[in-house]
Amino acid sequence: MKPTSPLGSLAYHFVLLSLLAVGGANAVIPELHRVAVEQNHWVSNSQFVDLFAIAQAVPGPNVLIVTLIGWHVAGVPGAFVATAAMCAPSCLLTYGVHRAWHRFYQSPVRLLLQRALVPVAVGLVLASGFVLTQAAALDWNYVTISLVTALVAFGTKWNPLWLLGAAAVLGAAGWL
Amino acid sequence: MADITVGDTTISPAGAISLRELFAGFFQIAISGFGGVLPWARRMIVEQRAWLNDAEFNEMLSLCQLLPGPNVVNLAICVGARFQGWRGSLVTFGALLVVPFCLVIGAGALYVKYGDLTTVRGAMAGVSAAAAGLVIAMAAKMARSGIDGLRGGFVAAAGFSAVALLRWPIGWVLLGLIPASLILARIFKK
Repeated sequence: MKPTSPLGSLAYHFVLLSLLAVGGANAVIPELHRVAVEQNHWVSNSQFVDLFAIAQAVPGPNVLIVTLIGWHVAGVPGAFVATAAMCAPSCLLTYGVHRAWHRFYQSPVRLLLQRALVPVAVGLVLASGFVLTQAAALDWNYVTISLVTALVAFGTKWNPLWLLGAAAVLGAAGWL
Repeated sequence: MADITVGDTTISPAGAISLRELFAGFFQIAISGFGGVLPWARRMIVEQRAWLNDAEFNEMLSLCQLLPGPNVVNLAICVGARFQGWRGSLVTFGALLVVPFCLVIGAGALYVKYGDLTTVRGAMAGVSAAAAGLVIAMAAKMARSGIDGLRGGFVAAAGFSAVALLRWPIGWVLLGLIPASLILARIFKK
């Protein structure tokens, strides 16, 4: 049974998403896109990529994309509910596990878990990058921007804000 | 409470950092965290305030990356709990999120007001494409340090294909992929 009110619906979806975010908030972008754009029509495809870009440009954790979607759906209460729902389950889990962690740290089970989960997280984050690139690609120029940004961010230690700024200037000047 | 040791170094006991200090530290992380918060978190916690030594920070971070949820939020929960129990966690969580929360809503409001102007539309489209590129770069950096053989590459490729190309729901993908990955990690050393 799924809740029908906007706040209930936000809470329901983001509580589930919280525990699926293996590899951080950026790992669940495809699922977020599915839930917010395709399933619930909370935002359009282009609004989704715009909101993601805003969340990236503002200082703070990646989870802010969820805050913005909540805000878009139901104003400030929506932002609160979405953020809390996305954080609460994983925070409680972390708090619980943290207490047992010192003994667990040296154990072979942890090493096995780490070796198994890191590649899963890599695959999910890469999928997020793919879905976002596709959603932002109005034509091939935009794909080029995405790929060049990826290469520069991977190969240098420049602050990513410079890259976002350069792309903003190119776009605002109408050169894309 | 007796000091705990990690590696060869004695580290600060629980209670060594007050709630007020925890708040100030994570507040600082939040407002400096342009373009990714994690490097700033390490800088503040290990280098500037020396709350944790390198070994304990790495250990804590690997726990936070292992568990689901936003990594830096998990880190705030752990550091808070480490020094002040659940009160500490609440304080670090709040300090980390309150400013970004307000800023992002402010930016969202500006977007709604001016988002239809041609110049703003163009700029947003450019930033969106670049932001997508940053996520690809992040995946590549994670792969550089975390994938060292065919096994890892195969698991990552399977997860990518299922989610990005086949568009299967992440819950189902994880339900299949995590056990499979555990078995493979058990079998193959690399």
